[in-house]
Amino acid sequence: MSAESVPVTVYEPSSGWRLINVSELWRYRELLYFFAWRDIKVRYKQTVLGAAWAIIQPFMLMIVFTIFFNRNGIAHSGEIPYPVFVYSGLVLWQLFASSLAAASNSIVGNGSIITKIYFPRLIVPVSAMGTAVVDFFMACGMLAVLMCWYGISPGWQLLFVPVPFLLCIATAAGLGCIISALNVSFRDFRYTVPFMIQIWLFATPTIYMALPAKHAEDATGTFDIVKSALIYCNPMTSIVSSFRTAILGQPMQGGMLFASAGMALAVLVAGLAIFRRSEARFADIV
Amino acid sequence: MSRAAVKLEKLSKRYRIGTNRQLGYRTLREAVSETLSTPLRILQNGGGGSGRTSEFWALNDVSFNVNDGEVVGIIGRNGAGKSTLLKILSGITPPTSGRAVLAGRVGSLLEVGTGFHQELSGRENVYLNGSILGMRRKEIDSKFDAIVDYSGVEQFLDTPVKRYSSGMRVRLAFAVAAFLEPEILIVDEVLAVGDAEFQRKCLGTMSQVASSGRTVLFVSHNMPAVRSLCDRCVVLDSGRVAFDGRATDGIDVYSKLLCPSTENLAAFPNSTENATIHNLKVESTEADETVVTSTSGMTIQIDLSISANISRSHILMVIWSKDTGERIGSLATEEHGIDAIKGGQRSNIKINMPFNILPPGEYRLQLNLGYGGQRYAEWESIHSFTVIPRCLAGAGHPYTRKHGVCIIPAQISVNTISDQNANELSAA
Repeated sequence: MSAESVPVTVYEPSSGWRLINVSELWRYRELLYFFAWRDIKVRYKQTVLGAAWAIIQPFMLMIVFTIFFNRNGIAHSGEIPYPVFVYSGLVLWQLFASSLAAASNSIVGNGSIITKIYFPRLIVPVSAMGTAVVDFFMACGMLAVLMCWYGISPGWQLLFVPVPFLLCIATAAGLGCIISALNVSFRDFRYTVPFMIQIWLFATPTIYMALPAKHAEDATGTFDIVKSALIYCNPMTSIVSSFRTAILGQPMQGGMLFASAGMALAVLVAGLAIFRRSEARFADIV
Repeated sequence: MSRAAVKLEKLSKRYRIGTNRQLGYRTLREAVSETLSTPLRILQNGGGGSGRTSEFWALNDVSFNVNDGEVVGIIGRNGAGKSTLLKILSGITPPTSGRAVLAGRVGSLLEVGTGFHQELSGRENVYLNGSILGMRRKEIDSKFDAIVDYSGVEQFLDTPVKRYSSGMRVRLAFAVAAFLEPEILIVDEVLAVGDAEFQRKCLGTMSQVASSGRTVLFVSHNMPAVRSLCDRCVVLDSGRVAFDGRATDGIDVYSKLLCPSTENLAAFPNSTENATIHNLKVESTEADETVVTSTSGMTIQIDLSISANISRSHILMVIWSKDTGERIGSLATEEHGIDAIKGGQRSNIKINMPFNILPPGEYRLQLNLGYGGQRYAEWESIHSFTVIPRCLAGAGHPYTRKHGVCIIPAQISVNTISDQNANELSAA
């Protein structure tokens, strides 16, 4: 073997902000797959219902929300039957919530591996999201059944479903990277994340309908202004609602989605940058 | 060919030991309250943490090269920096200063079975662990049968690993690692686990790897393994290179590091009113050993003068364990049927113990002189010595206190009994 073909590795003190090493990530792509595969396998070992849980959870939530909100007439769902409205929102919300939760705990949860062997650390939070993605597709199957039941047929808008899906993943990944890195140094985030996700659910028009834009402009009370600001600054608002409109064949609203896309990408870039900056210390602290 | 496969240039690693030492991480509340309560200090330190943290250099200015194909043992006491060095060379943690350059595909094995998951089956864990160690899926596919064969657990391949005995688990994990084919292999204390048979197998595999021309960095406390596998050894002490050279010499340096410092020992000659000890030596019976090991015998020699105002005296020597404070045993001239030593002359007393029954540890010697209930002299701690762990013949691991309070000097023989003999035996 000639000297030139030998791969050379140099270990030096880590220096601040670093770019993502794409070629290295590509070399380790199989490990990404194996970690995700492990989490998915382990999740349903020794369970009776197995993967059915992926469907049961949002389905039960849908029933609860339908009983409490639909009957009292609190929530408007427009012309869509409320159960389909809620379920379609919850399916995407569950993808966001569980992938964010899994990514946030991933580095601490895999601490024993991280202290014993090297691989690009980014694989850990990203692969942790795999289970949520698989669950999402199963829950989508149930959504199809529900739509048949209520006689709703999707239109050409279905082609746009990947857009909110990818934006949801990007937001969860970006935020998950930040929180997983912070969680290594500050274990408080273990308690913060479930709490944050819960509040976020109510700030996102998942179980209720977002006020149409002209209503927001008409809003007079301070409370209404704060509320609509909260809803419209939240990238998940248009991600969830555009997923719903795309899948249920409703008219699309473009502008809001562009704003959300910008926010999602910003979160992703910030997340990757912060993660790269702090990953060198993981093995020393975790 | 002597291209450097591993080059270490002034490698140092600093750890901060905070107030929350056991936890290693802080809670947000602590960070916030520290920041709020000490804004000035943080400004002065440039945000470099509070004054309550102290620093600790796990590695300090370590430089050496390892040539292509060389097998180097890295030894040292606990906390000497061995594991930190391997962690840097594996890329797990960055150095604080200096740099390490590795030329070649690196495989590191700091633990057997990293990432094994209790809930997954043996088959699934082979793939998971192989992938974590850096193997390609195709590579694992092609080596799968050989791995299973090596591990000897094929019947249980589809059983979750949590139902495995610890021995089976370790065998399967090592089997995966045994099929790793890097150019530079970094191994930490892998031989410290498993039963004797397994350890022999590991050692065999390790020596195959070592003789196959690959570069190996090998951390171990198992000196016979280091002696047989490595040509060269680096001794680390308090984060620095204490020795770098031939393996046998390095092991001696390491053994001396393990010996207690001489400062608390009595200096010779050591006189009391009635007697003077000119010298006292504890030596291994093995000519080439400088220290007492658990496989060597030992001799204790006492060079002693008893003053003329004492007509005669017996000698009592007591061996105490420094680790546990237990009285291990005593040796008395009187009980051995030796005549009392006459006063007014100098004698040399030699205590010969052909088999060392003492497990590895630190011991001190107490020496008393007396006769018929009279005590003439007493030295509470005239000398101390260390028994260095060594493997008994045929064992892959050293005999330690875990195995018992003493090493029983026995000969074990096994004779095969033919059917005819068995009949005769039972008839008798």
